[in-house]
Amino acid sequence: MMSDNAILYSALAILGLPLLSYVLTFFFGKKLPRKGDWIGVGLMGLAELLAIRIFISFWKLGDPTHRVEGSFTWIDLGGFKVDAGVLVDGTTAIMLMVVCTVSFLVHLYSVGYMHGDRRYERFFAFLGFFTFSMLGIVLSNNLFFLYVFWELVGLASYLLIGFFFHKHSAANANKKAFLTNRVGDFGFWLGILVFFTATGTLNYFELFAHVHAGTIKGSLLAWAGVGLFMGCVGKSAQMPLHIWLPDAMEGPTPVSALIHAATMVAAGVYMVARLAPLFGPEAGMVILYVGAITAFIAATIALVKTDIKRVLAFSTLSQLGYMVMALGAGDSVNSMFHLTTHAMFKALLFLGAGSVIHAVHSQEMPDMGGLRKKMPITFVTFVVATLAISGVPFFAGFYSKDGILGSTLAFGMIEGHYLPFILGITAAAVTPFYMFRIVFMTFFGKPRDQEKFDHAHESGWSMTVPLMILGALSICAAGWQTADVGWFSRFMVKYDVPAIAAEFHMEGPAAAEHLDTSHTDDGHGTPADTHAAQADSHAPAGDAHAATADDGHGDAHHDVHHTAHVRAMAMSIGAAFLGILASWWVYHRRKVNTAAIQARLSGVHTVLQGQYFFDEFYAATIYRATLWWAAMCAAFDKYVVDGIVNGTGYLTRMMSWVAGQIDRWVVDGAVNGVAAVLQGAGEGFRRLQTGRVQTYLVYASASVLLLVLVYRVL
Amino acid sequence: MGEHILSWMTFFPVIGAAVIAFIPSERKEVIKTVAAAAAAVPLILAVKLFMEFDRATTSFQFVEHYTWIKSFNIEYFMGIDGLSVPMVLLTALLSFLCVIASWNIAKAEKGYFALFLILEAGMMGVFCALDFFLFYVFWEVMLLPMYFLIGIWGGPRREYAAIKFFLYTLAGSVLMLLAMIAFYLNTTDPVTGGHTFNMLHMFDQANHNSWLQLTNIRHLLWLGLFIGFAIKVPIFPFHTWLPDAHVEAPTAVSVILAGVLLKMGTYGILRISYPMLPDAAVWFAPALAILGAINILYGAYCAMAQTDMKKLVAYSSVSHMGYVLLGMAAFTEAGINGAVLQMFNHGTITAMMFLCVGVIYDRAHHREINGFGGLGLQMPIYTSVFSFALFAALGLPGLSGFVGEAMIFMGVFPVYRTVAIVSALGLIIGAAYVLWMLQRVFLGPKNDKYDDLPDISTRELVTLVPIGILVLLFGVYPMPVLNLMKASLNNLIKVVAG
Repeated sequence: MMSDNAILYSALAILGLPLLSYVLTFFFGKKLPRKGDWIGVGLMGLAELLAIRIFISFWKLGDPTHRVEGSFTWIDLGGFKVDAGVLVDGTTAIMLMVVCTVSFLVHLYSVGYMHGDRRYERFFAFLGFFTFSMLGIVLSNNLFFLYVFWELVGLASYLLIGFFFHKHSAANANKKAFLTNRVGDFGFWLGILVFFTATGTLNYFELFAHVHAGTIKGSLLAWAGVGLFMGCVGKSAQMPLHIWLPDAMEGPTPVSALIHAATMVAAGVYMVARLAPLFGPEAGMVILYVGAITAFIAATIALVKTDIKRVLAFSTLSQLGYMVMALGAGDSVNSMFHLTTHAMFKALLFLGAGSVIHAVHSQEMPDMGGLRKKMPITFVTFVVATLAISGVPFFAGFYSKDGILGSTLAFGMIEGHYLPFILGITAAAVTPFYMFRIVFMTFFGKPRDQEKFDHAHESGWSMTVPLMILGALSICAAGWQTADVGWFSRFMVKYDVPAIAAEFHMEGPAAAEHLDTSHTDDGHGTPADTHAAQADSHAPAGDAHAATADDGHGDAHHDVHHTAHVRAMAMSIGAAFLGILASWWVYHRRKVNTAAIQARLSGVHTVLQGQYFFDEFYAATIYRATLWWAAMCAAFDKYVVDGIVNGTGYLTRMMSWVAGQIDRWVVDGAVNGVAAVLQGAGEGFRRLQTGRVQTYLVYASASVLLLVLVYRVL
Repeated sequence: MGEHILSWMTFFPVIGAAVIAFIPSERKEVIKTVAAAAAAVPLILAVKLFMEFDRATTSFQFVEHYTWIKSFNIEYFMGIDGLSVPMVLLTALLSFLCVIASWNIAKAEKGYFALFLILEAGMMGVFCALDFFLFYVFWEVMLLPMYFLIGIWGGPRREYAAIKFFLYTLAGSVLMLLAMIAFYLNTTDPVTGGHTFNMLHMFDQANHNSWLQLTNIRHLLWLGLFIGFAIKVPIFPFHTWLPDAHVEAPTAVSVILAGVLLKMGTYGILRISYPMLPDAAVWFAPALAILGAINILYGAYCAMAQTDMKKLVAYSSVSHMGYVLLGMAAFTEAGINGAVLQMFNHGTITAMMFLCVGVIYDRAHHREINGFGGLGLQMPIYTSVFSFALFAALGLPGLSGFVGEAMIFMGVFPVYRTVAIVSALGLIIGAAYVLWMLQRVFLGPKNDKYDDLPDISTRELVTLVPIGILVLLFGVYPMPVLNLMKASLNNLIKVVAG
């Protein structure tokens, strides 16, 4: 057992190690032997060991509510303060484990994959920077620093998507990723501001207490929740901001595995799960539907894509949609459970795809085929991951995916919202179909491109070892148990919000009032752990949470949950096998003419191939409108605002010319005798307009004196 | 130099200018060295100032107080508080670095460096003066060298830009002058009973006579002062001199213009308008907030449409100064401290950006954004440095630009929620124009046209790296700057908004 202090300092060390790797590799990498790749791998290995140590410590402790916090005041203006702090609890321990494991393996893998790249050391530097930022998100104990690291992973993602920035496609993709995320962050930041303004704090647990006490409630809470969720929509690539993730595949494949599959894109899910009590029922409904729709549309698009990384990108979107859907159904535990298993098998899928791409130098599946004999380790591990993502029993993905579908169905049965479950289960059938399509097209059949096939060979040990480790994890990560009884239950349960509030002495009458209002509208069984904890009966999700159920409805809802989970499990097993069978029938036995189906359903195919035309829609509306508006502003500035300025100048010049003319003709004509003198003055006036500064200064001084005199006289 | 540190900081550059006047113009290296030395002294004194400045008190420090023109009760009254000290430090730092950055000026060096040093003196004086008349003198003194620096050493349309800058600013000065005289004639010196230009007396509302207590008069005076300062900031719609002046000015002058001169506008509002007319300040605050939002968004959209790098950076200044206005309008701790922090940070960040634009202009002799592309492979170090500055400008956390903006939003949101929400759109637009430019200049395939461009030189790095370190340092831990200002600024809120 580690002491709380030891945990805290280990966590800080885990945060610091990748930063150190970044600094060393960025500034000195070029001069070091092997360009310093051993620094990144070594330091991440060390971080991984520390993460394991914290993980074991929490596992032994077995208390999911135990948390360790340490803060210091970062900005202190007297009244206004912003803290920086670290929070470690069971959820953090899981995330540390996930991030460090995948990051370490990706570092190791990159030694082989990126070998020979001219910016090899830069790549490792950026990986270190990303890992540091990601761990910052995981460890922060307040919204301000969550936002800080949130933006920093965005930068890391920008740098790595654009790693091959000499390609236009990469340069477009990284800009798109950053800007799309900024749109989400706009809402995220405003959500943070609402919470800060309403409660005066940004610390997670203090905020939970404030929500419980009703300091912030009603529509304000709803809007603030939607704002925060916008951050998740951007970072976790949910519809309608999902458009950046497929393009982000322009980054090197290890980056896709680490950032755009396993960790960063899951940050949004982690954020909502971590802050679950801050999302009221209205926000929960938004979250539920956004997740379900994302899961469905992404899965369907994946059916028609032929670029192996793109298919995997859409499958990532779809799986993230699942996680978000579970959050909306109030089941943050299973959402995090799926995040964990998904990180393993999806990282493996990408690294496996990378291994294939490395071998055949193509991302197009029609260029592949028959590779199973040439690349046995890649093949076996890839199939393991595919079975895991398909939800086949005894593989990790089955337990977590089943938990999500069960909770969504239970939510549907209680609330009457069945659509999310229907979309989810459809995606569950589609997923094995397109995943095995990859397997069959890549590893089975005859080689379609003989030259590429002949060239292909199994990758070196630095690439295959990570594959095997992740393969083992894809089988055993769930511990063959569900989240509410397995190892996961030792790390994470739903927040006990009243207990947290009591800790801050914030229970009170306001809480009851809050509870009532949330009950009168259709707030039953919302994702808000607040409500769930206050009246457990209304929490649709928490099997894990049922232990605290204490009122009469509890049993009834428990039954609903039980029924839902049994039904969902049956359906999802059925869906998985149906999908695999169909895929086998179509892509291995080739009993179906896919071209004919494509021709018959050309409309559907066009929509799917066009990714539902989100990009085209944005290009035609938002992009065009923004550029048009910018051009209008610039033109307005040039012709109207500056036009007035120049017009004033011109008018002044005209007036002085008129004065000069009057001087010359009227005055001069009338008083011939003093003409010479006056003409001199006229010249003077005209000179004024030629921009002699001295004249202006004389003017200024004279007016000072004049005005002083005038005032004195008055 | 310990006794009259502010006077030394202000006038040592003038001594340098005088010395340069006696050096034969062909001894170019000597002229440059003297200029660097003359600018280095205020920088060294600035470090001393930073060490010795008392962070706890709200009163003015390093005060020098002498009679200047007795018959009009004009005083030589210098002193600094938490509002002015960051500006003084910024001026000393940027002036020195700009002398270094001007090393390759190849036209009439003697005049250039002499004028540059006089410019520094004027700026320093503005931030130190506590006598309104003295303030006005420094304010005007600064104009003249600026006019010549743009008008002689500038680009093709330099004369137009210089005259526009000069006349525009002068127009504002006239209004300020009128307001100043009105204050002078209607404020009583509590000691002598006569009129006074002493700002501290003007701050004390008890010294205002009954005419100066009329609400309409006070609003009118506020407006007069405001327009004078607004032109300098510049606040929409008085900003069009800025892009022209920036595009034509030589690199170092652009740096000073954006890095220091713009801050004089907001400094003036905080130093003069707020404490002298607190009630009017509160009355005008919503308008100030809305103008801030307009600056942010309008500046950002205009920046997006530019094809000249320097013009883009110039409009980004309009946008970023909008955040300052927004923060000032809220009268909250976070808002006003954030605003002054943003003034400082914008000074350093925009200085980096203009220096970076100068680097590429010196090599490629143009600034057309669409004329570049692929420089990332050709000039990797330069690309890293410029990207650093650009990400600081788009408010990336960890770099200083973010801290000020975040504080401003946290300070403004409770007071002007809608304005804050609208302004937050600037987060997106700001990132858009920055990244779009970054892509067009640095990313994409290598451009054969620029195969022989050398990467950034050591001298150029010497000007950029120190600022970069500050941008990073104050982004990671902003308290060293905030500690300087917070006592005075929190006091200012109390004075103005009760």
